[in-house]
Amino acid sequence: MNEQLLRYLVIPMAQIGAIIGVMLLCVMYLVLWERKLIAFMQVRMGPMRVGYHGLLQPLVPKAADRWVHLIAPIILMIPALACFAVIPFAGTTFDIAGQTIQPWVADLNIGLLYFLAISSLGVYGLVLAGWSSNSKYSMLGSLRSAAQMISYEVPLGLSIVAILMLSGTASLVGIVEAQRAAGSWFLFNPIYPQVIGLFLYFIAAVAETNRAPFDLPEAETELVAGFHTEYSGMKFAFMFLAEYLNMILAALIVSVLFLGGWLPVTFGIPGLHGLFGNFLPFLGAAGAAITGFFWLALKVFAVLTVYLWLRATFPRYRYDQLMSLGWKWLIPLGLVHVMVTALLMLLRG
Amino acid sequence: MTEVSLPLFLLFSAVGLFGAVMVVTRTQPVHSALYLVLTLFAVAAIYVLLHAEFLAVVQILVYAGGIMVLFLFVIFLVRPPVPGERRWHGGRHVLLSAALAVILAAALAFNLVERGSRAAADAGALLAGGNMEQVSMTLFRYYILPFETVSILLLVSMIGAIALARKGEGA
Repeated sequence: MNEQLLRYLVIPMAQIGAIIGVMLLCVMYLVLWERKLIAFMQVRMGPMRVGYHGLLQPLVPKAADRWVHLIAPIILMIPALACFAVIPFAGTTFDIAGQTIQPWVADLNIGLLYFLAISSLGVYGLVLAGWSSNSKYSMLGSLRSAAQMISYEVPLGLSIVAILMLSGTASLVGIVEAQRAAGSWFLFNPIYPQVIGLFLYFIAAVAETNRAPFDLPEAETELVAGFHTEYSGMKFAFMFLAEYLNMILAALIVSVLFLGGWLPVTFGIPGLHGLFGNFLPFLGAAGAAITGFFWLALKVFAVLTVYLWLRATFPRYRYDQLMSLGWKWLIPLGLVHVMVTALLMLLRG
Repeated sequence: MTEVSLPLFLLFSAVGLFGAVMVVTRTQPVHSALYLVLTLFAVAAIYVLLHAEFLAVVQILVYAGGIMVLFLFVIFLVRPPVPGERRWHGGRHVLLSAALAVILAAALAFNLVERGSRAAADAGALLAGGNMEQVSMTLFRYYILPFETVSILLLVSMIGAIALARKGEGA
């Protein structure tokens, strides 16, 4: 009984606590990096967000639906945190005090689908936040985000189908293992390099996380602050946190699916694999796990930097442009991509 | 079921039933939609207890994550309900709804009596991989024609909706 308690309750709880702690720390530094990077790119200094410094009302607006207004930020936050459960942060299990620790909370057979399902729930937070605020701006932001997130979930899913076909599993650990077995990341897969897949996934993920240039639900110049106009204090902080957690999550998924997850960056030189696979050989398996986490973190950092780069350099899309990009370009491209992958797997696999 | 899953099953069933009752008794359509999401979640949790993880995830992905968001979208578009306002009384269709419920219950009861509860022939093979493989094999090998027919049906209804929406646009 005691052993079971340790294995099924204490260790997962410690893992979850560690992930939440590290991720909240990451959000702090991601915000800092965003301000620094964009200020550098635009050769300026300045606040990064309209509506942050006391412009928001400190109280819940009078006519709002109090209950829904309260739970909306929580609905945003919970899926963002729950998705981290299936992310493999490193590849090797290691022992601490006789207990085998895995560098992931759960390796589900359907990990990728779990991620898609849970992350698709975040839209409720946005929609309900806007509606319950009883303000025109918030409502418009909500409607935009509902349509946008539903539309861009389709290319997101299509870009992942090719990865599922190449790896033959929906487990995120299995997907990285498949890339190791294939000898190259899926981005450079010999059968069919997933460049289009990465492009599709990245565009769709930017839209799903409501980041610039697709940040229509909270467009400052049009909607004051969009769906979170009427939010302040802890509830606003939750929304802010959820947005950045979703960004980190999207970068993690890009790294795991296309960039080889915890596999080291070897530039295709075979001898480097053993050297870069474990920086701390005296720690054994734990050293390999730390090294894997280092490589994953490096890839995530690179992807996040591209994210911020987009925000600094692209103007915001118009609503109809957003819709026509999603439905007329990305979805057909995604369908063709899936078929080409299937065809090439049949011919070359 | 093991001894852990029976209390969990009862808990999730209770949550699901509570949500279902709330869906039909709320006067605010947005609240109804939210309680429906709760019910969908409870059903997904029961799927997980039955080791049908794939079904559970698809249920959340498609129904909770997609269709219910569209429901909310349509509720907002038809006439944005003001928070706190009490309107929308669905009383007119009580008789029709009751009749449908009775028919559904009768069909379920008939099925249960007629066929009884049969255990799967090879539970181990069914459950492997969150039964994703089994579902897709069954769907694409044995039921490919009905599956494709359903997709044609959806296509037809979509074209019909577009045609109706564009009527009177001087086409």
